[in-house]
Amino acid sequence: MGIAMEVMRIAIDHLPDQGQGIRVIALRLKIGKLTAVIPETFRFCMEIVTKDTALEGARIIIEDVPLLVKCKDCGEESQINEPSFFCPKCDSPRLEILSGRDLCLESIEVEETGEKKEKLRDGD
Amino acid sequence: MEIKVVRKVLDVNDTIAEQTRGMLKEKGLFLINMMGSPGAGKTSVLEKILGAINKEFRAGVVVGDIATTWDSDRLSQTGVPVVQINTEPFGGDCHLTANVVKEGLNQLDLSRLDLVIVENVGNLVCPAEFDIGQDSRAVVLSVTEGEDKPIKYPLVFRISNTALVNKIDLIPHLDVELKSFSQNIRAINPDMKIFEVSSKTGQGLDKWVKWLKDQVKAKKG
Repeated sequence: MGIAMEVMRIAIDHLPDQGQGIRVIALRLKIGKLTAVIPETFRFCMEIVTKDTALEGARIIIEDVPLLVKCKDCGEESQINEPSFFCPKCDSPRLEILSGRDLCLESIEVEETGEKKEKLRDGD
Repeated sequence: MEIKVVRKVLDVNDTIAEQTRGMLKEKGLFLINMMGSPGAGKTSVLEKILGAINKEFRAGVVVGDIATTWDSDRLSQTGVPVVQINTEPFGGDCHLTANVVKEGLNQLDLSRLDLVIVENVGNLVCPAEFDIGQDSRAVVLSVTEGEDKPIKYPLVFRISNTALVNKIDLIPHLDVELKSFSQNIRAINPDMKIFEVSSKTGQGLDKWVKWLKDQVKAKKG
C-alpha cells in the first residue's frame, strides 16, 4: 500500500497541473522479481489509492525484471527462478545481484484532448 | 500521449534513509532494524535482552505498530527510553518508512545513547523494501511459523544480516527439525548469522547480545 501511494505521488507530480482535468490511461512500471511487490496485490492497492484522482481506472502495466546474478567465484551470469541462491554452474553461494531489485515507474500514458494536449506538449 | 518518468519508486524514502545514516555515523550510534511476522517474538526478545545490553551500553527503542501502545508499555518496563510509532495516522502502513523512523529518532535524546533498536511493524513483506537508514537488519522467525517461511519470503531473509530462530523451547511439540530452519535460511542467504533462541527461557540470546555489543563497539570506534 505504501508503494502504491508512492507511485501515485510520483505520477501526479509528473502530470501538468498536478493532474487537474487529465485522465490517465495507463501506468508502466518495471518491477523486479526480488521485491516485496505482488502484482495482484499492488493492482488492488492502486485501485484503492487512485480513487477520485486523475489516475482512477488507469491500466497498470508491469514489466517483470528477472533476477539475474553473477557468480563472484566463476563469473557465470545466470537467472534465478527459484528461491535458492547458488550458482547453477559451480554451486557457489557468493552471488552478486545484477537485476531483480528494480521498482521503477517508467511512464504515464494520458488521454489526449484539445487544450490539455497543448499543455502536455509544452510540459514535455 | 506518453509522459516519460523513469523514477525509482522509493527514491524519496532512500534519500531520507541516507540522511539518517549520515547523522548516525556522525554520532557513532548503531541502528538495527528488527523485522519479523506478527507474533514471532520481537518484543519478547527485546524484553529479555535490554537489561543485559543496558549494563554496558545505553539503548533506545523505536517501536512501530499499526495501532496500540502495548509494545512500548511492555518495553518501558525495562527502563530504556521507548518511542512508539503508530502508523494508523499515516494510513495504517504495514511497515516503517525512513521519514517516520527519523521522526521517532528525533524524539529520543540521541546524545545519551549508543544504539537504537527499531522494532518494525510485524510483517515479512513490506518492511524488507523500505530502507530506514539502519546499519544492520535482523529478522525474527519463530519455529511455530514453519520452516518454509525463508523460501516463501526470500527478500527479507536475503537482505538481513542476522536471523533469530525463536521459540526453540517449543520444538519438542512440533513435527519439524530445528536444523531445517537454518538450512532454508542459508539457501536464501549463505552469509546470514543465525541464532537459535528462546525468548521464553532466554536460551541462546546471550550470543546475539554479544554480537550486538560487538557491532555497537565497532560503530563507536
